[in-house]
Amino acid sequence: MAGREASREPGPEQDAPPIRIVLAKLGLDGHDRGLKVVARILRDAGMEVIYLGLRQTTATIIDAVEQEDADVVGISMHNAGHLTLAPLIVSALADAGLGDVPVVIGGVVPDEDLDELVASGVGAVLGPGASAVEVVASVRGVVETGPRAPSD
Amino acid sequence: MFRCQIVGHPSSLWTVADQHRTLSGIPVDPVYGEGPLPGEYPYTRGIHAEMYRNRHWTMRMFAGFGTATDTNGRFKELLRSGGTGLSTAFDMPTLMGRDSDHPLALGEVGRAGVAVDTVEDMADLFADIDLAAVTTSMTINGPAPILLAMYVAVAEEGGVERGRLAGTLQNDILKEYQAQKEYLFPPRPSVRLVTDVIRFTAAEMPRWNPVSVSGYHIREAGSTAAQELAFTLANGFAYVEAAAAAGLDVDEFAPRLSFFFNSHSDFFEEIGKFRAARRIWARWMSERYGATDERSLKLRFHTQTAGVSLTAQQPEVNIARVALQALAGVLGGTQSLHTDSYDEALALPTESAARIALRTQQVIAHESGVTDVADPLGGSAYVEWMTDELERRAEEVFARLDDEGGGSILEGVYSGIESGWFMGEIAESAYRFAREVNAGDRIVVGVNAFTEGDEGRTGRLLRIGQDTEDLQRKRLAAVRTARDESAVHTTLDRVAADAGRTEVNLMPSLLDAARARATVGEVVDVLEGVFGTYTETVVV
Repeated sequence: MAGREASREPGPEQDAPPIRIVLAKLGLDGHDRGLKVVARILRDAGMEVIYLGLRQTTATIIDAVEQEDADVVGISMHNAGHLTLAPLIVSALADAGLGDVPVVIGGVVPDEDLDELVASGVGAVLGPGASAVEVVASVRGVVETGPRAPSD
Repeated sequence: MFRCQIVGHPSSLWTVADQHRTLSGIPVDPVYGEGPLPGEYPYTRGIHAEMYRNRHWTMRMFAGFGTATDTNGRFKELLRSGGTGLSTAFDMPTLMGRDSDHPLALGEVGRAGVAVDTVEDMADLFADIDLAAVTTSMTINGPAPILLAMYVAVAEEGGVERGRLAGTLQNDILKEYQAQKEYLFPPRPSVRLVTDVIRFTAAEMPRWNPVSVSGYHIREAGSTAAQELAFTLANGFAYVEAAAAAGLDVDEFAPRLSFFFNSHSDFFEEIGKFRAARRIWARWMSERYGATDERSLKLRFHTQTAGVSLTAQQPEVNIARVALQALAGVLGGTQSLHTDSYDEALALPTESAARIALRTQQVIAHESGVTDVADPLGGSAYVEWMTDELERRAEEVFARLDDEGGGSILEGVYSGIESGWFMGEIAESAYRFAREVNAGDRIVVGVNAFTEGDEGRTGRLLRIGQDTEDLQRKRLAAVRTARDESAVHTTLDRVAADAGRTEVNLMPSLLDAARARATVGEVVDVLEGVFGTYTETVVV
């Protein structure tokens, strides 16, 4: 069909130990459809997914990262609170001595907020309509490059 | 009324508003086809004989952001633009029964809806709006009885007695455990709160819909149309059984039960779903639950277009999606309609985007001609087959739940919640859809096909900043300072006592607490002390 993009599905990783990712909803927002789909996409791509689910706090997320020796944290937000909450999780990880664990934010995040999120130390942002390929590449990318330092 | 005269053809003089003719002047009947006709049992073709000839659907636009004063401004703008009802979106802390100064509210106050902590916020929300003249919908579930008490308190403090209030409280807790996840207490005490509201409004608020049984959120969470239909009606049957178990006669409350469905993108599947919903409800209410009042058999519903279908890519294309989905709702016989704004994949709608969404309804109502004939698709072989097929699929789910519940749909629904069955079914459908889109087997225009011309997503968006949160906390602090603390404690003690006695209706004590300026969070804390909290079984 005219206009159709090449169809691709992300395949499993080869030869590397599997990436361990903690997935959580931070705050009160209950929209978990996207995070559940992402959990299955990442699992199908060969990652080990620790799915914490709804109503997590920075403290419960940090506990899980420590206990599960996670490589990366994925936070889903549909509450328009990302500019307040995303920097909090980045700094809480650093305070807990986990500054080497990058954070990926997904959900309803307008493009105009990307610079501010990146400046606060967020590793990557997945907006509405991100494909499975983009999700997997983004997580692999931040694990390879490590977290960004906050720019101020 | 204006008259159209075609110059030179004096015999063609007609009055637009009192005769129904096509754009070319051909007169049309109110309905076509054989019975059962619209307005006749089992109401597959609609609950009124002439449907929209007598009255259009209510154009009810969902709105809420920032402080109560901010949202009050948007409400007035929607009414000025020809909106005919109000619909309130609360922020996440309010939906979750947390005050704006609670640590868990950080970053979410006023962001995705309006913040309401006390009756003072509720008063500001409806300032300068005649509550005896508008109908108001409130999308709230866990703390629904508390917010209803605040609304009644505001009306009565303004001189409008509760019996004159008309509107809808969503108050559908079962779908929260299944899909939307805004529950506070365990399912059984939560259903007791629902039945308390049903009993209170049946006795004292005859123009109020105490429950809006909602498939919308089930669909948004990923279900199919058939699952939305089946789970929603099963929840409706569960409330009927719960209210009957609480001692109410079915015809006392069933006429005021209302429904809320999603209108998604598959045009004929959606229309079949709405038609099947009416037929199933009429049959079950009559045959299984013994309702005899005709109003108990007629399924009335609100429709909202599918938020989840909106794309951040090429957002203007959403205007076309919304128009088709809205048309499906109208051809399906909806009683009220919210049309999503094209910018909602990124943020709450701006005023101009919300106006375009309302104008879309007005084009359907006033220009398209579809309102001239009731159920114009009735008799279409495809639409009738689709209606039958969706009904058949829903009946399979009812049979499963009835079996699981040992002859009780209510018990079957509790069981499906506690085991995670509903959640698993919905998550499976959501994942299947995501895979189809990722594989390119299902086209989403502008996302996985026809992607040229995406000029970026950075139109003007409605932004709610941290300053709103700070302001709302100051407003709350001022109420806490000015109120009589001993009255707050007395009323909260009574809430706790009444919560522990299932034979007592909680609404009167919730009204007293609202009048004493107790906060939503304080009342929820007290109720949690009696009812406990709920943690879901995680199903991915």
